[in-house]
Amino acid sequence: MVPITTLHYLVVAAALFVLGVIGVLTRRNVVIVLMSIELILNAVNLNLVAFSHMWGNLHGQLFAIFVTVDAAAEAAVGLGILIAFFRNKETINVDEIDLLKW
Amino acid sequence: MNPILNPAMNSALSGGAPVATPFFFYMLSGLAVIGGILVITRRNAVHSALALIVTLLSVAGLYLMLYAPFVAGVQIIVYAGGIMVLFLFVIMLVNIERASKDRRFNRIWPIGLVAACTLMGLFVSAFVKGRALFPDRGMALSEGSNTQEIAKALYGEVNRFGQYTFGQYTFAFEIASLLLLVAILGAVIMTKKKI
Amino acid sequence: MPNFIMSYLGSTLTPGGAGNQFWALIYVLIIFAGVSVAVIAMNWIERKALAHFQIRLGPMRVGPHGLLQPFADALKLMLKEDIIPSEADQFVFWVAPLIGLLAAFTVYTVIPFGPSQAVSDMNIGILFMLGVSSLGVLGIVVAGWASNSHYPLIGALRSSAQMVSYEVAMGLAVVSAIVMTSLNTSGTGTLSMIGIVQAQQQQGVWFIFKFFPLGFIAFGIFAIAMVAETNRAPFDMAEAESELTAGYHTEYSGLRWSLFMLAEYAAMIAVSSIAVTLWLGGWMRPFPNLLHAPAWDFIFSLFPGLTFAGLAAIALIGTVRMPSQSFFKIQRIGLAIFAGLLGLIALLLLVVAVAGRSDSGIVARFNDGIGYVYWFVLKVSVFMYLFIWYRATWPRYRFDQLMKIGWKVMLPISLGVLVVTAIVGVIF
Repeated sequence: MVPITTLHYLVVAAALFVLGVIGVLTRRNVVIVLMSIELILNAVNLNLVAFSHMWGNLHGQLFAIFVTVDAAAEAAVGLGILIAFFRNKETINVDEIDLLKW
Repeated sequence: MNPILNPAMNSALSGGAPVATPFFFYMLSGLAVIGGILVITRRNAVHSALALIVTLLSVAGLYLMLYAPFVAGVQIIVYAGGIMVLFLFVIMLVNIERASKDRRFNRIWPIGLVAACTLMGLFVSAFVKGRALFPDRGMALSEGSNTQEIAKALYGEVNRFGQYTFGQYTFAFEIASLLLLVAILGAVIMTKKKI
Repeated sequence: MPNFIMSYLGSTLTPGGAGNQFWALIYVLIIFAGVSVAVIAMNWIERKALAHFQIRLGPMRVGPHGLLQPFADALKLMLKEDIIPSEADQFVFWVAPLIGLLAAFTVYTVIPFGPSQAVSDMNIGILFMLGVSSLGVLGIVVAGWASNSHYPLIGALRSSAQMVSYEVAMGLAVVSAIVMTSLNTSGTGTLSMIGIVQAQQQQGVWFIFKFFPLGFIAFGIFAIAMVAETNRAPFDMAEAESELTAGYHTEYSGLRWSLFMLAEYAAMIAVSSIAVTLWLGGWMRPFPNLLHAPAWDFIFSLFPGLTFAGLAAIALIGTVRMPSQSFFKIQRIGLAIFAGLLGLIALLLLVVAVAGRSDSGIVARFNDGIGYVYWFVLKVSVFMYLFIWYRATWPRYRFDQLMKIGWKVMLPISLGVLVVTAIVGVIF
């Protein structure tokens, strides 16, 4: 069995990133789009931590923690927007959320 | 010697090392990827949320394998225990029957798929061509012969997190707290019925 | 083979620290069995204690003084029909109790019963505990949604909102205890649970008494938050709705419901263990530094045996006072057997204590180990009794009062305690 190297972790992170991008671009339900964004952020974090391990210091891990904090804030605000929108238009379908002003 | 391709510097079996590291890596990364696939393909939003929780927990496991226990702990507390509860709340608040009978993918899904495949091609080419570019250090720190001592040295770095956070990265820390304050205010104001 | 076992009884590392999976598995099985027994005992004590608080007797028929009642309950729940609502989401309905159970039981990985008696002394023990107990909220939310009915959904959302609110105050109280560990002579704090107890040992004071009002207030915040965290009275709006209208486990019947109850009791024991480890000195006997002489060690090591002897004496008195009709004959025999068992355990512990005084080898270590586990379990039992006492005494809070307390009272107080602890710690 091939020993596990940094490249293995980067490949996993890239796979998660691509899955997240597919989710953002193709799903109809806004909540699932937001969850795919969380997948993307997790892939980025995994990348950061893998490189931090490769270099042997903590800067990557600290950056990953700040990215996590950022993701939490963004999820809260995004879901708030979604709820406010749902209250007005009664839909969570990206195909129907297509008016800048109504 | 390129650490990526040199087995001797990466062997997990030379003396007191964690057993079956490749097994755990493949299991955790397999779980993460399967969870990711389930997130983007399930019709039911709660199923997607549960699959995302599985992904988040396996990524936390991968962090533990990368000797980053603090990041793993923060991941479990913030992501799996906080953000996913928020998502489940919102799914239950906006759950309408129509959504589960709708089609899963939106109008422009071929374009999205093409874009994602382009991105995947970019990644693959970056990894294949750039493998030799990774610098020649680092992995020896992890899977060497004295893994227990190295693990103790690396795991002891939780203290250094505090030193970094309030030393070099104080400004980023303060900005992050301001960001969270703005997010809280924004979420509260946006969900009020009358501002 | 005996050498193999003896070598592990005498080690000074936890199985996780030594990297030994087999012993870690043995510890996990022991903890699982112990927690199950504790939950069964807790069920019995709760019913009897609540009954006695309300001047009635509680279960008396099933075994002598109702001692076999929990087993009868478990048997009944296992034999009940497993009803699943037809419109419910099958997979999610099935998985929800498991999430709660996993979250409740995984916390036991880091709980130290002694200086090397933990499954694994993680460097981030407290962080792990906070994270895993926040995973329990997911089980409740998902259970409420999967029942596909209004009342469980609202109950689940309320319960999870309550748990999330009190998690914040709990985390801050924990952080102020961590700050106190950094006031060691060695200067660095630690997040590991064993390290926290050793910090208390080194500083010679339980953290509840450190900087007098501060440790106590932090402990008080944690004690209140942990009651709210486990949905127990007086914060059991979500559960009590199940007595009035509904709650998140309305649609669950039989074994699934018992999994929820198991998870709840296990979570209660887990957070009590955390409180004991952080503030009450964990496995340390009272006054380990002040009363340091071997004579005091010997006296305190007699306590486990004397406790069991006391329990055996109580059971014996119960046997003697049993009414003498023929119906009670089998109960009298059962209680006598129980008293005999307790007496045997007491005798064994006393023998080990006396033998461990003069020995300095494996028996002494065994003696020490029993002492550690005994003091830990004693302190946790005090908390368990307090949980029952709260339930019997206080009316429950309305939901808006509950949220108000969580955010407007507990959070500012815990922040204040944290800041003042840090300032006082730096000054002194």
